Amino acid sequence: MNNSMTNLEKIRKSLSRRNRAEGLFRWAGRVAIFLGLMAVVVLFVDIIGKGHGAFRIAYIELDIDYDPEKIGIENLSDPQQLAGADWQALPKAALNKQFPGITSRGDKRSLYGLISNGAGYDLKDRLMANPLLLGDQERVWILTDDDIDTYYKSWLAGEPYAARLSDKQVEWIAELHEHGKIRLQFNANFFTRGDSREPEQAGIRGALVGSLFTLALTLIFSFPVGVAAAIYLEEFAPKNGWTDFIEVNINNLAAVPSIIFGLLGLAIFINFFHVPRSVPIVGGLVLTLMTLPTIIISSRAAIKSVPPSIREAALGMGASKYQMVLHHVLPLAMPGMLTGAIIGMAQALGESAPLLMIGMVAFIVDIPGGFSDPATVLPVQIFLWADSPERAFIEKTSAAIMVLLSFLIVMNASAVWLRKRLERRW
Amino acid sequence: MAVTNILILVFGLGVFAFYLGRARSLAIAKPLGGIRYLHSLPSYYGFHSALWCALPALLLLALWVVFDDPLINSIVADSVTGSQAAGDTASYNLLMNKISNVSAGILPRDGRDPEILAAADLMTRLQTLSRWALTALILTLSITGLAWGWSRTSQVFRARQVVENVVEKLLLGCACVAILTTLGIVLSVLFESIQFFRSVPIFDFVFGLEWSPQTAIREDQVGSSGSFGAVPLFVGTLLVSAVAMFVAVPVGLMSAIYLAEYASKATRSYAKPALEILAGIPTVVYGFFAALTVAPFLRDLGESFGLSVSSESALAAGGVMGVMIIPFISSLADDVITAVPQSMRDGSLAMGATKSETVRKVIIPAALPGIVSGIMLAISRAIGETMIVVMAAGMAANLTANPMESVTTVTVQIVTLLTGDQEFDSPKTLAAFALGLMLFTVTLLLNIFALQIVKKYREQYE
Amino acid sequence: MNVKRETTAKPAVMDTLEISEHQATVGHCFSDNAKMTMRNVNVFYGEKQAIFDVNVDIAKNEVIAMIGPSGCGKSTFLRSLNRMNDTVEGCRVEGDVRMDGEDLYAPKLDVVELRARVGMVFQKPNPFPKTIYDNVAYGPKIHGLADTRVDLDEIVENSLRKASLWEEVKERLHQSGTGLSGGQQQRLCIARAIAVSPEVILMDEPCSALDPIATAKIEELIEELSENFTIAIVTHSMQQAARVSHRTAYFHLGRLIEVNPTEQVFTMPEHDLTEAYITGRFG
Repeated sequence: MNNSMTNLEKIRKSLSRRNRAEGLFRWAGRVAIFLGLMAVVVLFVDIIGKGHGAFRIAYIELDIDYDPEKIGIENLSDPQQLAGADWQALPKAALNKQFPGITSRGDKRSLYGLISNGAGYDLKDRLMANPLLLGDQERVWILTDDDIDTYYKSWLAGEPYAARLSDKQVEWIAELHEHGKIRLQFNANFFTRGDSREPEQAGIRGALVGSLFTLALTLIFSFPVGVAAAIYLEEFAPKNGWTDFIEVNINNLAAVPSIIFGLLGLAIFINFFHVPRSVPIVGGLVLTLMTLPTIIISSRAAIKSVPPSIREAALGMGASKYQMVLHHVLPLAMPGMLTGAIIGMAQALGESAPLLMIGMVAFIVDIPGGFSDPATVLPVQIFLWADSPERAFIEKTSAAIMVLLSFLIVMNASAVWLRKRLERRW
Repeated sequence: MAVTNILILVFGLGVFAFYLGRARSLAIAKPLGGIRYLHSLPSYYGFHSALWCALPALLLLALWVVFDDPLINSIVADSVTGSQAAGDTASYNLLMNKISNVSAGILPRDGRDPEILAAADLMTRLQTLSRWALTALILTLSITGLAWGWSRTSQVFRARQVVENVVEKLLLGCACVAILTTLGIVLSVLFESIQFFRSVPIFDFVFGLEWSPQTAIREDQVGSSGSFGAVPLFVGTLLVSAVAMFVAVPVGLMSAIYLAEYASKATRSYAKPALEILAGIPTVVYGFFAALTVAPFLRDLGESFGLSVSSESALAAGGVMGVMIIPFISSLADDVITAVPQSMRDGSLAMGATKSETVRKVIIPAALPGIVSGIMLAISRAIGETMIVVMAAGMAANLTANPMESVTTVTVQIVTLLTGDQEFDSPKTLAAFALGLMLFTVTLLLNIFALQIVKKYREQYE
Repeated sequence: MNVKRETTAKPAVMDTLEISEHQATVGHCFSDNAKMTMRNVNVFYGEKQAIFDVNVDIAKNEVIAMIGPSGCGKSTFLRSLNRMNDTVEGCRVEGDVRMDGEDLYAPKLDVVELRARVGMVFQKPNPFPKTIYDNVAYGPKIHGLADTRVDLDEIVENSLRKASLWEEVKERLHQSGTGLSGGQQQRLCIARAIAVSPEVILMDEPCSALDPIATAKIEELIEELSENFTIAIVTHSMQQAARVSHRTAYFHLGRLIEVNPTEQVFTMPEHDLTEAYITGRFG
């Protein structure tokens, strides 16, 4: 066949060009995957690189003399005296003793700037816990100011950042370091305290507790309602216009930008129903509405995956439809529903935009004690810190992100585990 | 009694009712020769009683909680008729705030206008009255319900049907929460927007070229009365979204193709979840990453090429947003690509097409509707994304198409307008709702359209 | 172990219809005018062996039918002839497969070229979701066979004519190929395959999804095509094999049992297994 021969030649001629195109295409795919994975790696490396330092913070060792006169207190149980006491005088005196001969006002300010302005209160707590210390002396590790902490860490790393320090302070730190009187310790404050304007005193406890309260409410509201809605739609709903309308609504709600839910919360819950701002109740309600579509959709998928034969077996035994659902479908679909709920909760835990609208973005020092105490949540805390000008907050923000991400990783991993472990294959 | 206590009480009564109802049915069954002679199982009689006991009471409680405050407020406000009486809504809010604070003891009573004090006292009285009335009513209702439910228990009473009927209604109610949510969104956004469009014409809002929402605080203040031309915001949003799509579409699509068509099972099982990590990272983290890492990097990079890149450039925000959207596009594209039947691939490969020819000329065209709708969903997500732009894009409206400059977006403005302390009724606040309306409409249209395409596409291969 | 090597004697344990290992094929496996030759071909899916030690030739311009119970490996065998098995993960082909003396599994061989020369038609019609014209033009386009639009039109028309589809679709060439009836779709797929002028066409149960009238048309078509092409057809229908093929190969549990002229296979099979199959004792 002559024709076929020329065809073959044509095909052979085109081969090298086409194979080149094939190779290029394959490489484009590889590059795309690589870029995506690189993004993951860069993001994590960047965050961990910036944030790992925040788990340790610089302390200075000082000889504290709990001199009643200096503090201006004699009786530790007298609230009036406690209120008027000058606790910061304690570390200041100790600093003066450590670096004698400093007289000028500027130098003094520099010297006192070494330590956190909350150091006095830490000492107060020590004293209150152990009243016998009054009038006694003690060697204590005192929290440094955030600038000192930043400088000390950068100095240890070999790239000193001294922009916000005086020359004297740099000398003092070198001296303290030489005598082993400054060191990095585990930053317990970060996990035990609420927010603060002073980076060295700021912690994520308040935000964590706020997140916990908000998420608890979200779970309490959204899981039962979501499961109930899913059961209705899968098992009971007649196929009519109304059911279709509900379905369309759910699918669309799942794709509505989260900030719109914030507007809803602001207009309906706060402005119309007068729920107070900034509290976990309103946050939980907004996040409930936001995660509900996710939970409904995943619960429906879980119910759908239960084979009809089980339903028929139950109905065949004379069970009512509810008994069939309650005794057979629901237990079998539960792992899938729980997985969906965990994923929904993980979403809610990371969400911040709608919470900005309903006032959960306030600066709150106290750790919330209930569902109606003003609170903020972890992602919003991250947002607030990221906005703060202090350099030390960069480290804090990254560390808070690390905490948030580890929660999310645990949640998602447990969802995966649950799915692998409990979900049946039919 | 506080609402939570009433709730606990009602639940307690409900549990009590359950046992009472069940006990009665058991008692009825005993002389008959066992529960098999009852119409329903004993627990259904219990549930029947419990439902009667708790449901009406809870309904009343909900209604009360909703209408309690507004009712008291209006009575109190009407009582203020003298010099303190409120003329407009703003002063009304102020007045009510004052009264309720005095009533709650937050503000000191000394030196207040007597009329305010009287109103505050009235409010305190009414609130106490309301509490007591509520408690009494709820208790009566619960107990009456309990008694009624209990008394209906008999051998032939069809408790199961009744209970199941009620439960089905409850389930339907839960399913309708989605509709209520949509309704709530539409109403809240629409209502405030209409108010906004009363003071700012809708035409000026949609087509105006200047955005500076600072309004004068006092009537006589010189300077801006605020201009609400949203075009710069729309353009800014589009610019950031376009940058995001420019990153996400090629990378997402190519990785989906590679994973679906080329990668071995092992590679796929690692790379796919690894990529999906990107979807699980909270947006606030991306925002931080964009603002503190990517933006300075791009600025320095631009400098080294002699370009001036703003440190709040659309490039940084959009680029990071694109990274966030990569897994979104890749998983949607992966779904539709793997939904293309294997026979299409076989047909093309058997013709002597190379793999890439098969992908480009058969699979992509076949999967195109699905891919397009995926991209539309991604665009809707990019438009509605908030935290990344709030943290990494600019605040000032800037009408430009240059991605190296700083722009602001609709979502950024909604956040800036609504955070901080503002009067709820000022045009500045209402403008946020008008922007929200725009955002909701556009994303809704994109979603509906995209979901429609996906549905059609699914049907094609099912 | 009792290893049988004879090709003429009937195996001993026929009542249980088992085949011993290393059972060699009976009949006329080889041809002087071979287009494709297979020697000691084994195919594995992962650990599992699907084809055992197959030796057979396919002659030029003949129609050879592969029959056998389902799961006997006839499709796998067919797919190893144009290396479509490459697309199955974990599939491995051992042995020697040649076309015109050229090793089809040589590392430097380009499957693209091979598949252009060995076309394939599948069990279920699988037209691309494109127009009828684009379906047929797909092959010529990707291989660069037509220099001008006129050339392409000509190729499309010729292919559709050869597939006896032209008269039915010439008015609607630019409508979707998926809108055709099942039989038309299958003929479209045949037209698509012959548009690149392959030397061999493999057909994997091409009529199994079609009604009898459409089947008759395809069978007619196969007969016409055999003038120009070498055709290997897998079929589950013995009647079809009898009607269209010159030679018939019987597969059983991955082994090629018998290859003989079709008439002989259906009138006096050489092997008991073949006889059992064609008389309907299993399958």
